Amino acid sequence: MAVTGADAGIAAAPRTTAPLKHWLLQHPGVTRLAVILLLLAIWEFAARFYLDRDFISPPSVVLMSLTALFGTKGVPAALWLTLYEIAVGFVLATVIGAGIGLAVGLGRFAHRSFMPIILLLYGLPQVTILPIFVLVFGIGAASKIAFGVSHGMFPIMIAVAAGVQKINPVLLTSARSMGASRTQVLYHVIFPHMVPTFFTGLRLGMTGVLLGVLLAELYVSTAGIGYFTSIFTQSLEPTKLIGLVSMLALIAIVLNEIVRRAELHYGRWRT
Amino acid sequence: MNGDAREPFAIRLASRMLQAAFVAVLLILWLLATNVWGVSSILLPSPINVWHQLVDVIRTGQFIPDLRVTLGELFAAFAISTALGVTLGYFVSRSPYFIKVFEPLFAAIYAIPIILFLPLYILIWGLGPASKIALGATISFFPIVLSTIVGFGQVDRTLVTAARSMGANNVQMFRHVLLPAALPVVLAGLRMGFTVTLLSVIGSETIAALAGLGHRIVNLAENMEMARMFAYIVFVVAIVAFLNSVLSMLEAYGRWR
Repeated sequence: MAVTGADAGIAAAPRTTAPLKHWLLQHPGVTRLAVILLLLAIWEFAARFYLDRDFISPPSVVLMSLTALFGTKGVPAALWLTLYEIAVGFVLATVIGAGIGLAVGLGRFAHRSFMPIILLLYGLPQVTILPIFVLVFGIGAASKIAFGVSHGMFPIMIAVAAGVQKINPVLLTSARSMGASRTQVLYHVIFPHMVPTFFTGLRLGMTGVLLGVLLAELYVSTAGIGYFTSIFTQSLEPTKLIGLVSMLALIAIVLNEIVRRAELHYGRWRT
Repeated sequence: MNGDAREPFAIRLASRMLQAAFVAVLLILWLLATNVWGVSSILLPSPINVWHQLVDVIRTGQFIPDLRVTLGELFAAFAISTALGVTLGYFVSRSPYFIKVFEPLFAAIYAIPIILFLPLYILIWGLGPASKIALGATISFFPIVLSTIVGFGQVDRTLVTAARSMGANNVQMFRHVLLPAALPVVLAGLRMGFTVTLLSVIGSETIAALAGLGHRIVNLAENMEMARMFAYIVFVVAIVAFLNSVLSMLEAYGRWR
């Protein structure tokens, strides 16, 4: 589609354009990097000369003061705790999501009956019940893990159920007719065919777990990340605030990238 | 679920019954837990109380100021992200090279939970609606711009060339070739954008705000008025469901056009 159009455009380009332009046309990644650097430069320039330093810091200052941020008592511990909550939440969401997804996906009747309920629950704005999670599980790690699980398990559930349902019935019938037991069908037909959708579910689940854990972390302002974000906001320390938020964004990017790579790797064999 | 039409009526009826039973069992368990087993009403208020509170909230019109704030933030944020996302997406989609440069960039940022930037937005724009509008617009910008790029970027080249060779000018090209081909994808993106705007507005109201439905729920939770809080949750869920179904109708109408 678009890609073939682009290739055609590039193939036609060299005769008419200068070498640098030609090189840039062949390396869109370089232009992308230039765009990012340009945005950072605008931010740096605006923050240094035009904007109020009580509310925004230039990126260079943020970068230089990261060591000071990590020197702030409790910040590294809060970041580690968040990472731990995401990890535990992701494992729990995967186990619960895959378990229920399999149970619902394997039976035709169960799928018809319970899938609408799961989709309905998934569609609810879960953030409205965040205060209940904190009341029930307290302000510690438990409430954040629970909220992450409740956000992450539905996409996994739906992907696993869809993956099981999508398996070609011919494969199941032929496996059965060749005398495979129910367990053998599960291990040798259903599981291998589920792998790509399962990893898609994991990627969406990770997005959900990150959202849930971070929402809960920001909501609870007496402990963890939320404590520091509200402290830095009240004491007008944009440098530390931007640094902390960037660290969390970095964690999110790395975790997303891991599951995305896994999805690409394990989703490939079928196509 | 390709077997829907073929399945016997009895099986369809049975699964509907099972769904109804599931909901009924939940309600009965809720009633039993609060009225018979004595679960503390601070953790779980009785459904009867919640119902009375819900009726009270609607009858007294107490929800109106909060609803107005939330909907105002929602539509302002959505208008900004739609205007920016569709315009920018359209211009990026006009060049295959720009698609290659910008699409991965937008997709990468889209993968970050942008709610993270809420503290920063609050520092810059304060606790009022402005920070919620800015955050909602930021979050929904990405699905909208990405789907606009995909929608306009994938228009069949043959169609464009054919229209061009038949003498279509730019306006005609946009109106009769590009727009109809791209509309379904763009509409799907707008829908996605609307949903995430709604969630981010309620979410940021929950975390830090001065007014709005999310703020009201937190406020009631902090005052331990659980029955009224549950009533508000039910109310918000109903509003979200209503907005979603209106959106589905609009999307279906847009596709049909």
